[in-house]
Amino acid sequence: MHDVGAAFAAAFRLIGEGDAAFFAIVGLSLRVTLTAVAIAALIGLPLGAGLAIARFPGRSAVIVAVNALMGLPPVVAGLILFLILSRSGPLGGLGWLYTPRAMIAAQALLVLPIVVALTRQTIEDLWSEYREHLASLGLTGRRAIPTLLWDARFSLATALLAGFGRASAEVGAVLIVGGNIAGATRTMTTAITLETSKGDLPLALGLGLVLLALTLAINAAAFGASRVGARVAGAT
Amino acid sequence: MREAASILPLAVEGLAYAAGGARLIAEVSFTLPAGGVVAVLGSNGAGKSLLLRLCHGLLAPGAGTIRWAAADGAIGGRRRHAMVFQKPVMLRRSARDNVAHALRAAGASRSEAAMRADAALARYGLADLAQRPARLMSGGEQQRLAIARAAALEPHLMFLDEPCSQLDPGATRQVEAMLADLSARGVTLMMATHDLAQARRLASRVLFLDRGRLLADAPAADFFTSPPGAEARAFLAGELTWS
Repeated sequence: MHDVGAAFAAAFRLIGEGDAAFFAIVGLSLRVTLTAVAIAALIGLPLGAGLAIARFPGRSAVIVAVNALMGLPPVVAGLILFLILSRSGPLGGLGWLYTPRAMIAAQALLVLPIVVALTRQTIEDLWSEYREHLASLGLTGRRAIPTLLWDARFSLATALLAGFGRASAEVGAVLIVGGNIAGATRTMTTAITLETSKGDLPLALGLGLVLLALTLAINAAAFGASRVGARVAGAT
Repeated sequence: MREAASILPLAVEGLAYAAGGARLIAEVSFTLPAGGVVAVLGSNGAGKSLLLRLCHGLLAPGAGTIRWAAADGAIGGRRRHAMVFQKPVMLRRSARDNVAHALRAAGASRSEAAMRADAALARYGLADLAQRPARLMSGGEQQRLAIARAAALEPHLMFLDEPCSQLDPGATRQVEAMLADLSARGVTLMMATHDLAQARRLASRVLFLDRGRLLADAPAADFFTSPPGAEARAFLAGELTWS
């Protein structure tokens, strides 16, 4: 117990003293995850909205597949991307493997199904309510999408936060394609994995505390988004 | 209206619509010239809402034609018929942005939409509510906003599907005042209702539907004093027992 107590003390010192290596890891993690969520949002929001209002053969199968992909194991996503980005893979020429770019791609791959699936669900509900009014205004098909995305903004913010939560907490994908290289591709989760096995508990604990605080912040933001939505837009 | 050209008269010929094997509208023909308030009467399931939706273009008819004096009911690329629904669809935005959104969809620039939205809200006594989230307004305010939103589009013809069926008497009076104002400004109104008292107050002409068929098309005064046909008489008698 004494060791654990000392580890906690050391962890708080790392955070309090603004340890450069420590905050480099936190910074990289945030950069990778935020970029991945941004990319997933750019692709996933219109895609999910399109899936919500489009009718085509096999649509149900696509929806089931997307929903299933929300549970894609991070290590599998990492493995797939590893095969694609490795030297002999189809995108090996990019030279992304073991760089933050590969990690961003891996996390975007994990977040995308969450964004698409939650957007599809949200927009489909809204579409059934808005459909006739928008058609009356001549906004049919894809012309309805901007209105729907904007009016679902508070629910969609929650979907993006869910994606952020998943990406910031995962370790498997970034470990495989990033390689956990100190100073280059070491994130909070991969560092915790490594430092725990090495016995460097203060660093692992410190990073763990930051991750926990991040999770708390995400949930507070999600809660705030729905409260603000109810107040300023009457969104439900 | 500003332009001399009008999308009216509207000529509906042999209109039919079926769903799931049931014929819901059959052989409906009528002509709608500019001006006046046309009440579409009939009991529940007679096809009143369906007829409005077909005319407005929300549904494609199974047979028959809907012909406007201007192609597609549009002039200068803008559709000049609008619709107000029984349960107003309120976007998750302010009252003002609800109106501005409709205008933007009709091709107005951002600044023009904002200006015309404010003018429409002011005209119908909604200026104080401009910044309120539309979905947090009362039912009556929402329906007035929906009508103001449709009116802002400067339609030649406005379809209204039971606009007062969910409103209390006070709100109903306000909505009827709006409709009278619109009519006085030359907007032709075609309104489904099963409120006979309302039809008496507002309508200049009655289209009476019974199980998807147009059984009567008469000036309102004639329809109420001497209902043509057994179904219309039964409808009026049946409704009167409730009023």
